[in-house]
Amino acid sequence: MLFFSRWKVLAILLTAFVVCLFALPNFMPESVVQHWPKWAQRHIVLGLDLQGGSHILLQVDANDVRRQKIAQLRDDVRRVLRDARMANTNTVRGDTVEVRLRDPNETPQALAKLRELSQPIGGVLGTGSSRSVDIVDAGGGVIRLTVTEAAMLERTSQTIEQSIQIIEHRVNDLGTVEPTIQRQGTDRILVQVPGLQDPKRLIDILGKTARLDFRMVDQSMTPEQALQTRPPPESEILYGQKDKQPYLVEKQVLVSGADLANAQPGFDQRTNEPIVSFRFNGAGATKFGRVTTENVGKPFAIVLDNEVISAPVIREPITGGSGQISGNFTVEGATDLALLLRAGALPAKLTIVEERTVGPGLGQDSIEKGKLASYVGSLMVVVFMLATYGLFGLFANIAVAVNVAMIFGLLSLLGATLTLPGIAGIVLTVGIAVDSNVLIYERIREEVRAGRTPITAIDAGFTRALATILDSNITTFIAALVLFFIGTGAVRGFAITLGLGILTTVFTAFTLTRLIVAWWVRQWRPQRVPI
Amino acid sequence: MRLLRIVPDDTKFDFMRFRRISFPMSALLSIFAIHLYFSPGLNLGIDFRGGTLIEVQSKTGPADLAKMRATLGGLNLGDVQLQQFGADTDVLIRIGEQPGGDEAQRAAVAKVRDALGDNVEYRRVEVVGPRVSGELLTYGTIGIMFAIGCILLYLWFRFEWQFALGAMIANVHDLVLTVGFMSITQIDFDLTSIAALLTILGYSLNDTVVIYDRIRENLRRYKRMPMPDLLNSSVNSTLSRSIITHVTVTLALLALLLFGGQAIHSFTATMMFGVVLVGTYTSVFIASPILIYLGVGTSRLATSEPEPEPTPERAAVPRGAAVPRRAR
Repeated sequence: MLFFSRWKVLAILLTAFVVCLFALPNFMPESVVQHWPKWAQRHIVLGLDLQGGSHILLQVDANDVRRQKIAQLRDDVRRVLRDARMANTNTVRGDTVEVRLRDPNETPQALAKLRELSQPIGGVLGTGSSRSVDIVDAGGGVIRLTVTEAAMLERTSQTIEQSIQIIEHRVNDLGTVEPTIQRQGTDRILVQVPGLQDPKRLIDILGKTARLDFRMVDQSMTPEQALQTRPPPESEILYGQKDKQPYLVEKQVLVSGADLANAQPGFDQRTNEPIVSFRFNGAGATKFGRVTTENVGKPFAIVLDNEVISAPVIREPITGGSGQISGNFTVEGATDLALLLRAGALPAKLTIVEERTVGPGLGQDSIEKGKLASYVGSLMVVVFMLATYGLFGLFANIAVAVNVAMIFGLLSLLGATLTLPGIAGIVLTVGIAVDSNVLIYERIREEVRAGRTPITAIDAGFTRALATILDSNITTFIAALVLFFIGTGAVRGFAITLGLGILTTVFTAFTLTRLIVAWWVRQWRPQRVPI
Repeated sequence: MRLLRIVPDDTKFDFMRFRRISFPMSALLSIFAIHLYFSPGLNLGIDFRGGTLIEVQSKTGPADLAKMRATLGGLNLGDVQLQQFGADTDVLIRIGEQPGGDEAQRAAVAKVRDALGDNVEYRRVEVVGPRVSGELLTYGTIGIMFAIGCILLYLWFRFEWQFALGAMIANVHDLVLTVGFMSITQIDFDLTSIAALLTILGYSLNDTVVIYDRIRENLRRYKRMPMPDLLNSSVNSTLSRSIITHVTVTLALLALLLFGGQAIHSFTATMMFGVVLVGTYTSVFIASPILIYLGVGTSRLATSEPEPEPTPERAAVPRGAAVPRRAR
């Protein structure tokens, strides 16, 4: 156990040294590190609870996705049957679009046409790939089309991908530092923005769908009349965003925010109030020009997320494709709206299901406390080890020091996140790492008491103890592993440092401590073991 | 240099004798702990119950809790709790889960911000909606059970089944008592508490495995020693190591407890209880004697008999010789 070939010594020392080197970038100032090659620049990422920031979990509103998909199906059905000149009425009942053909004899042809709407949805390795729409002939000229669950899932997945892109755009426009935006599970998005100064603004921006529509105001009756009786079939009542007044607005969208090329905050020339000026792309400009030309003198409504921002009267045709929106905005409100319009509307409603924000003050405090606890804890353990084992205690302390350096090195290498519980994990590892050495030393003591010579005692101590060290650390490792999978955020940081700490502990116990003791034995050929 | 010797070299306590006391006592404590779990029960944090947690720091001297309580009470947000958190300027506000799903939680935060205005700095805001809290609770519970299962399998693989079972009983008992401790102290039970429980499980198994390892070794060496004596001998010989390691872990945890700040206070307090107090006790007084009851070494005699002591090999290595080469 005490013999180390030259190659082995070199390999061990080199491994330990290299891993420790990776910890360096964390302690050097930024100005020095940025000149190093990319792979050497890897460093620990401070968790949100240490550097301050926001952690926001968004979930796609499944009902919204469902509604959109069914509305789309209905539009497709209408289009297909109209092109085939089959008169019909169609309604939506829950998840199903029900088509009633005027001439029931047309059913076979209708079915054939409608079947084209149903597309295969990729199954894995052809294990029963499902289709996107289920079509049922209910007899008597009635056909029912239902969107399948597989299609819903696919649509949700697409929605998430689109949403991530739009959110990235929005968050980057806010001028944040290194945000993380990733998918979680089948229908969630995680947004982590470190060092955020104004978390409230971020949440407002993430929460808005930002769907902008331009529609005509329905002047066939007043909004009050519509509230009392019923609005005409192609119109609906919407409320003003600021004034909360009812407006009767046509359902049909004439131009939408998707056709916007640019939007910028600004100030009205005359009144100096904050406005958002926008410009349409080619297609949007044409549509806008046509709408304004046909409807001079009539009011049209600018609708944002089903609330009316303003309803100005069209004074003259606007063919240039640009205009401005005014609606009692604050400067920040106008800036934010312009930002949202530039990034685009979210394809579905996103709800915030979890939010954790830590202010920078608390983050800094936590780092300070973490550091202090680490220093004090390590110091106490070091002193205790020296008092109990003397010289060998010194060896153990060296091994533990290298152990901690290696943990930092591994954290840097993996670009892992360090949280406050993570720091606690490191302090705990110091306490546990010493255990390996204690096991060895106590065994050596026993062997000495039993009458062995120093070298055989040390040798036997290592041999017997190492199996035990492995066994006992594996159980803690299993616990850390489980915690890694079920934990999130700060707790995961703890699992990472604990797990890495166990790996490095076992490594240093098997190699470094043995190495140091073996070297000492060879140098001094001791008569007795000073334990 | 005289070295520190906390535990004398040749202790010969009869630990096994205490099993007639320790077993019933542990059973009683466990029942008591389970009772505590139901009433008053764990102080579930927002991670598992949903709701909002806001940590504020008063910008104008010590916080006036009474006034804040009155202000927030008037907002009609249901269950609102305030408590001082560390320094006297720091207040922790807990708002129960609002009816109305995820949107309602954020609305509540907005109301609080409006009510407290600019007098306070918002150090930390955590909002957990009903969906996520339900999931965290499920995952946490499943996680602990899964960890117990995995470790059981591992022990069964390395030792015989009686050892695996014994270790599991001892360590689940640890967890039960720790949960009782948390119920009686009403410590915040959130995700970091699950982390503490899992670590206690792993670490106290650590301890038990060390003793079991020695027991297994002794079972092979002293084939005719009666079980109580063998177990005593095993525990006594590992006692020194156990105590020393427990001291080092306690020192580490103490540093965290005293200097780590309020944020991880509940975590370190739980760890301290679990690892130091309960872990040591169960490894010695429960995990070892339980092997007798599980039938390990039943072929041995109940009373001691003269046992030929195996002589340790005195490998004669002459002074100054090179350390023998060993192929590894």
